[in-house]
Formats: sequence, C-alpha cells, structure tokens
Amino acid sequence: MSTPDTHAGHHDEGSYLSGPPGMIARIWQWASTVDHKKIGVMYLFAVLFMFFLGGMSAIAVRYELLDPIRTQTTEIVNAAGDIETITVTTGEGLKELLGAVGLGDGLTGSQIYNRAFTLHGAIMVFMFIIPAIPAALGNFFLPIMLGAKDVAFPRLNLMSWYIYLFGCTFGVLSILLGGIDTGWTFYTPYSTTTDADHWRVVLMVMAAFILGFSSILTGLNFVVTVHKLRAPGMGWFDMPLMIWALYATSIIQVLATPVIGITLLLLVFERLFHIGIFDPALGGDPVLYQHFFWFYSHPVVYVMILPGMGIISEILAVHSRKHIFGYRAIAFSSLGIAGVSFLVWGHHIFTAMGELAAILFSGLTFLVAIPTAIKMFNWIATLYKSSIVINTPMMYALMFLFTFSIGGLTGLPLATLATDLHLHDSYYVVAHFHYVMMGGTVIAFMGGIHHWWPKMFGKMYSENGAMLGAAFVFVGFNLTFFTQFFLGTQGMPRRYANYVDEFQFLHQLSTYGSWILLVGFLIHLGVFIASLMAGEKAPANPWGGLTLEWECESPPIEHNFHHEPILKHGPYDFETVVPPHCDPKDYPLPENPGKH
Amino acid sequence: MTMIDTDISGVPARILQSPKHWRNRKHESHWRSGDEEFDAAKFGMWLFLSTEVLLFAGIFCGYAIFRMLYPEAWANGSHYLDWRMGAANTAVLLFSSWTAANAVRLAQLDKQFWLKINLIITIICALLFVFIKFKFEYMAKLPVGKAPGTFFSYPYAQDVHEPLWWSLYYVGTGIHAFHVIVGAILFGVVLWYAHRHQSYGPTQYTLVENSALYWHIVDLIWIFLFPLLYLIH
Repeated sequence: MSTPDTHAGHHDEGSYLSGPPGMIARIWQWASTVDHKKIGVMYLFAVLFMFFLGGMSAIAVRYELLDPIRTQTTEIVNAAGDIETITVTTGEGLKELLGAVGLGDGLTGSQIYNRAFTLHGAIMVFMFIIPAIPAALGNFFLPIMLGAKDVAFPRLNLMSWYIYLFGCTFGVLSILLGGIDTGWTFYTPYSTTTDADHWRVVLMVMAAFILGFSSILTGLNFVVTVHKLRAPGMGWFDMPLMIWALYATSIIQVLATPVIGITLLLLVFERLFHIGIFDPALGGDPVLYQHFFWFYSHPVVYVMILPGMGIISEILAVHSRKHIFGYRAIAFSSLGIAGVSFLVWGHHIFTAMGELAAILFSGLTFLVAIPTAIKMFNWIATLYKSSIVINTPMMYALMFLFTFSIGGLTGLPLATLATDLHLHDSYYVVAHFHYVMMGGTVIAFMGGIHHWWPKMFGKMYSENGAMLGAAFVFVGFNLTFFTQFFLGTQGMPRRYANYVDEFQFLHQLSTYGSWILLVGFLIHLGVFIASLMAGEKAPANPWGGLTLEWECESPPIEHNFHHEPILKHGPYDFETVVPPHCDPKDYPLPENPGKH
Repeated sequence: MTMIDTDISGVPARILQSPKHWRNRKHESHWRSGDEEFDAAKFGMWLFLSTEVLLFAGIFCGYAIFRMLYPEAWANGSHYLDWRMGAANTAVLLFSSWTAANAVRLAQLDKQFWLKINLIITIICALLFVFIKFKFEYMAKLPVGKAPGTFFSYPYAQDVHEPLWWSLYYVGTGIHAFHVIVGAILFGVVLWYAHRHQSYGPTQYTLVENSALYWHIVDLIWIFLFPLLYLIH
C-alpha cells in the first residue's frame, strides 16, 4: 500500500490558502487536498449552501402559511347571459409562485406545501445541521486545538468529504426530479407506498444513507485524533471544551449512525422489493421503523447541539476573559448527554407504545435536562464578575443562552406525558424544536464562524455590519418561532397547509419574522463577502485566546505550527497567562489571581 | 511492533528498492512514530467494527421481534434451510479466519511466500463461501418461491408469516455475503501489494492486520447468523 507523505514539500511555511498559480492547478490542489483545514473550509461553504437551500424552502413554507386556503363557489352571469358557477381558491401562495415560473402543474397547493416542508427538513437535518459544526469548524479546529498537524486519517477525511458531496447530489437530484412529500422522517407505510412510479423517494433515502457514511467516518476520525494526537503535555483535562464536545459528538456519530444505515437500507428494500418488514399486510410492523428511526435520530439531535455547546464554552471564556467555571462538570456533562441520548428515543412515539414504556421513556427524557442545566449554570457562572467584551461572537453566545434556555425548558412539557398528549404534533413541537436547533445550534454556529473567521481566512470582518445582522437574526428568529408556541397551545397542528381564520394573525407574524430572519442572514453574507474581498488583515490572536489555534498565524500555515507545540498552560488560564502574540499592556494580569 | 532481523538475500533489487517495500515505507509526517500510526489505525478499525456490529444489530433486533411474534413461521422457515450447507460455510469461514490470522503473523515474520499463500487461501475461502451461498442456497430456494416478502410464492407454506422469515433470511445473509465479498476484495489488495512490492513486513503490516480484524468480525457475525437461522427447529 502506498503511503505518500501527506504533508510533504511545498508551501511548508506559507499560508494554507496559498497555492500554485493557475486556476486549474488551484482547483486540483483543493479537490485533492488531504489538509484538514482546506477540507473544513470546503465543508463550510457546502453546508452554508445547503443552509441557503433549506432556508429558502423554509421561507416557502412560511409564505404558503401567510393566508389560509379558502375555496369559494359563486354564481356569475357570463357574457352569453347564462348563469355560471365558478370556483375560486385563494391562499395557495406557493402554487401561484411556482405557476408563475411554469412549475407545479397538476399539484394542489397543499401538495406543494408538503414537498416544501419535507425538503426543508431533509436538507436542514441531513445535509446542513449534522455536518455543519463537526465537519466544517470541527475539521478545521479539532487538530489545531490539539496541537496536531492533521486529523488521524487525512485521506479518510477527504473520502468523507466526497461521500458527503455524493450524498448531497442524490438529495438534490431527488429535488430536481420533483421532490418528495414524506416528511424528513420517511415514516412507513406512506414512504414505501407513495409516489410509486418514481425514484424520488429512493433517491432521498439513499442520500440520507450515504450521508450517514460520511458522518461515521468523520466521527471515527475525530475519536482517534483526540485519543492519539494530543500535543505533548496535553492530558484529557487540558483539552479545550470544544474538543470534549466534539469527542462526545463523534461517539454518538459512530454508535448511532449504523442503525439508521440498516433502517434506511431496509426501507429501500421494502420499497423496491416489498420485503414486508415494515408492512402490516405481511405481518411486518410500521412502528418498528419508528423505533429504528428514532434510535438514531434522537441521539443525532445531540450530534447537532453538542458541538454548538462546545463553541459557546470557548466564546464565553475568551470574550469574558475568565477561566471557564466548572471545567470538568461541562466536560462530563457532554459525555453524560451522549450517554443519555441513547435511552430516550421513545419520547418521539409516546402514543405508539404501552403505558409502562411511555412512563419509562418520559422519566429517562427528564434526565437530559440535568447535564444541560449543568452546562447552562456553569456558563452563567463564568460570566459572573468577568470582563465581558461585547462583540459579534459574544452577542451570539448571549443569544444562545437566551434562546436555548427557552428551547430547553419548553422541552419539559413535551417529556411530561400528560401535557404531551395535548401538545404533541402541534406547532408547540415545531417551536420547541426550532428553539433548540436554530436557537441553539445555528446561533452557536454563527457565533463560532465569527469567533474563528479571522483565524480561518486571515481577514477581519465589519463588526458593525455583523452586529446589525445578529440583531436582525435575533429579532427575526424570536418573532418567527415564539408565535408558534401560542399557535401550538391553541391547537394548530404541525404540517398542515391550512388553518382556521383565528390563527391567521399569529401565522402572519411568524411569516414576517422569517423575512426579518432572511434579511439578517443576507446581511451576514454581505459582511463575509466584504471581509473576504477587502477585509483588514487579521492579527494572529485578535481576541486574546489561549487555546492552541491562537498560537498559529492567521491564516495558519500548511503544517499549522512552525514547531510542534508543547502545552505550557491550560486553555482558560486567563488570570495567569498573557495570551500568545498579544501585548501584556492590553491584557493585564490581575494582581491576585483567583480572587475577585 | 516486533523488530526482527530479516534475510533479504534473494529479494530482487526492483522490489527491495521500491518505495513501497516495507523496509522503505515511512510513517506519515503528522505522526510522531510508526508505532503511534499503527496503534491509531488499529483503534480506528475497532471503531469501524463497532459500527458493523450495530449495523447487524438492526437485523438481529428485527429477527428477535418477529421470531417472538411468529414462532411458528420461524420454526418452519428454519426447516427449509439445509444445516449442512450452513455448517459447510461455517467451516469455510472459520478456516479462513485462521489463515487470515496466519497472514498477520507471517507478515510480522517477513515470510513473504507463505504470507501470499495464506492470503490466497483466505480469498478462495471467501469466494467459496459466496459460491455455496448463491449456488446451493439462494438458487435452490428462489426458483421454488421461497423468496422474500411479496415475491414469496412457495405453495406448501404452513404459516402466513413465512414471507417475513425469508425477508430476514435474505436481508441478513445477503448483507453478510456482501461483507464477505468486500473482504475478498480487501485481501486481494493486500495480496497485490504483497506480491508486487512486498509491502508488508515486521515493521509495516497495518493493512494485513486491519483486513484480518475485519475478516474476524465478518466471521463472528456468521457465527451468530448460522445457529439463529439454521439450528432453531
């Protein structure tokens, strides 16, 4: 087996972004790279593109919900003097929009709506939020924060990137062929019988299957990297908390994803060969599919949120210049969440199981609140009497504390059997889920991008522009989703294109919120483009961070470090260490460290 | 890793000077030593094997649930399988696991000729397993209607849920057979590098070791599939 040196030769001391002259050579350099930084950057742009696609389908969903669908029959006198009955349907916003560009023939407004929310779910879950933080920011920063030159298996890393692309191609192909309306959960028997003449459902299911491989390989790579490539002197409890979070995430990815692999494979067999495992006509069980599906898809919710929690730990400590409070508690709570995550899948299907099982799953679900609350209290304790710097990453971290608290606390009524009976399958669930996933993960992701942007691209961004974008995102997000808590408690079911008139005001508020949210992200996009094109050169350590990535240059060199780093201080020793590349005058150490 | 003085007389210069010969191979530059690289590769393989176990866990779980629901169909289904074919395949796989383990040891000892012989036997066993499976099992059953799900048309079925039994039989053994084929390809790659470059020796045998580990898990899964499918009546 050939083992070419993965980091041999050229550009040893140059920025990882520099490359050979010539467009083709540059493209080939990136397409064939085994450098974790380049792969991370490619992932970053890919997941942001998927976020755009998923976001646009969300905008479409909200647009359809602006007006309820109403059909009115009226009698009119036509030109010939006869009385004619005509039917007018209003409120099918999406159908009119698609009709204007010649699409959506033969589909009703509700059918188009079903496709829109399925695409939104499938793209956001499988192609955006699962790979977003681990594969993009994690790939870039995990090895650097450990003081390594690369991940353990660089070629496997590249392979996982191409598998991701391959999977996304399947998904996009399914959309181009007309999209699917099964919901992102592909529940049987609908997913095995619907749209029987087409390959669209199979393509989307295969996309999720293939993306699973990419996820497994990334997770496997990270676990081995954390075990084997820590810098000399870095024990387990000297690791930044971001690494702990990614480590816990990776364990879930490795252990949960194979189960969705076999589940989706069985679903494809069921659809193509009618093997009957999920088909009650042959003695199979559709609820078995739901158990299998959530056995993966519940743990994967923590794949989505745990890396976000890691980012928050980093941002809060660095931008408040204080040692993180309760380091070990935060580290172990990540592992705790990973452990509990495997035991709570049943709360997605309370009504499909016996009472005893439902009570057990309800009790286990409450356990998740403990490690989550431990994190939350430790973060707030970190902020107490610290030197908070208000900038974009910090704003996003504070936003996270606010929105994620709402997301977490609104989960408790869903874990309670009595209240869940009223709230399940309503907009309350939609609101709760988005407060956790968007108010948690996406907000943390945005914070992380701003925190590490100067390091990744060597350019600063416009602080004012980014703050403006963050403000729009905050207002838009809360307007979009807080209204949905009210809709849900008042009885608006999820996944419906239509509703009674009483709900229209709240639905309209929610839709207007989604537009504000869109404006916020477009402002961020503009700020990023402006930064890449004309940003001020970033210093090596703009925030005074102490983790190893702030010791490299901005952007890092090909090998990350000029010399193999040896760990001399902890990641959060702000009270005793002057940050690398920083002037001690800017970062005065307290006279009595440890005493406030 | 074992370090052993090895005899290089008689090895053609073309092979000895190849950068892919085990003496000339170096660890990749992001590792501090070849030992660390080897440990990491092995650790990664173990993690991968745990994903394999979980993949098959889904099938075993489905098997357990439906066997509990339809014990009659399972007992009947098992009657239709020829335990001698299953036993023959078990013997084939166990034997090939032994030759795969041999291959690792022989690479460590730099016995290049016997390394290749053991690899070849392993590959032949893998192909033999797949051959027996397809020729004497699948091809003997499918034409008479012992097929999965709605393809089931066996006229003498005694239980309405037998199609489900066949579904799990074909999915379980089919995915396992796919793993056997992948294993054969993997050993084919090892054999090619062993033959062309003598890439594996006392200091460099990661791929031999990891292929053998993979092979053992494939073997182990069959050890569970065989009694659960063939021997339950």
